[in-house]
Amino acid sequence: MQGFAYEAPSSLDALRARLAAAQGAGELTQVLAGGTDLLVQMKQGQRAPGLILDIKRVGETQALTVDGDWLTIGASVPAAKAKAFPLVAEAFPGLAHAIDLIGSSQIQGRASLGGNLCNASPAGDTIPALIANGFEAQILTADGLRTLPVEAFVTGVGKNALASGEVLLALKAPVPGPRSGDAYQRFTPRTEMDIAVVGVGARLTLDDAGVIASACIALGAVAPQAFLAEAAGAALVGTRGEPQALEAAAAAAMAVAKPISDKRGSADFRRRICGVLVKRVVAQALERCTTGGTK
Amino acid sequence: MKVHVQTEVNGEAVEFLCDPTATLLDVLRDNLGLRGSKEGCGTGDCGACSVELDGALACSCLILAAETQGRSVATIEGVATPEALHPLQSHLLKSAGLQCGVCTPGIVVAAKHLLEEDPNPTEEAVRYFLAGNLCRCTGYDKIIRAVLDAAAEMRGEAA
Repeated sequence: MQGFAYEAPSSLDALRARLAAAQGAGELTQVLAGGTDLLVQMKQGQRAPGLILDIKRVGETQALTVDGDWLTIGASVPAAKAKAFPLVAEAFPGLAHAIDLIGSSQIQGRASLGGNLCNASPAGDTIPALIANGFEAQILTADGLRTLPVEAFVTGVGKNALASGEVLLALKAPVPGPRSGDAYQRFTPRTEMDIAVVGVGARLTLDDAGVIASACIALGAVAPQAFLAEAAGAALVGTRGEPQALEAAAAAAMAVAKPISDKRGSADFRRRICGVLVKRVVAQALERCTTGGTK
Repeated sequence: MKVHVQTEVNGEAVEFLCDPTATLLDVLRDNLGLRGSKEGCGTGDCGACSVELDGALACSCLILAAETQGRSVATIEGVATPEALHPLQSHLLKSAGLQCGVCTPGIVVAAKHLLEEDPNPTEEAVRYFLAGNLCRCTGYDKIIRAVLDAAAEMRGEAA
């Protein structure tokens, strides 16, 4: 690795001040959370920062809390800790499953959801699950905080919406009410240690009569960034998730999927798998709406 | 400029100076003489450098040594006592769950972490949990059997 200075500010104010000073001095600064992508990229010469700012000692980035109706997952909370958090495991089983798909046990001990999001891989497993669940990114700016929906945070392959001097602090989502369920599934050639060929996340909520009142479907690995397939969700609202409704949602998702062909699958294959996964994920989320289960 | 780090390794206070670019694995092996953790890939794929940092399982090749200031590191060297091997180690020997041995320290550290979380894992759970520990010699079967046998022994059941 090319030489760099390492600092670990221990408060939000210290972090903000150090970022401002680095910006003023024109230092190429890189924020470090779990480092499971960053250190590999630095070892391979893809990134060569002059300053590493480790944010794990800033308490806000380590938060894992339920405050009223909001779940907060600090940007540097490791995956293993996030997926084991009772509310995540119980109310967000789809997200918990997506987190469990990140790398190996060793990677999950360090890798953070915030890092997974900032790294902005089109195939990142947690991103569709975060989008479907309505997560917001809380961002530290030069003079305050701003929030951005997760679907607007990733702006391209490896690109995110953070301006110079900004840092992702936490991810926040409304705690789901009753008759609600989420799911995430992906297709990979291997069962473990693989990258999604297609990934689909869903969050459904039913009304008192068991009719789908809201449906968010997010697609991953079929475009430069994961995105909300609004038409697929709309095709489900007002239905009970009957087979024809699932077919309509799948068709709507396939219509907006814009996959590429690469060594992991052709564009046509990916589009078809996207439709298959939409049906499976909606069926699973629907079951969780009624059982509230954590399967 | 060197970084001054005070940390704890296997329960003992440790102090070292390192370059900011040094990984925990570099420091364990080169500064502290703890050469049980191996560098297989250097990119977090093989698990041969597995350690625990504040109780979290991690690849020491993907941790900057400077990050360990004030933390607690557990390595393969802290697994056995001077009197006895850990049951995982004895069962790996008994089952011939190793050949070249480069992956073995990482497998012991990772499997120990798993058994502390789940003393009675299924074979499938062991296979999934150890998916990040690559072994190019054994074909895994004997390793998995050794972990299941060690788990049974640790639960007080006949292996």
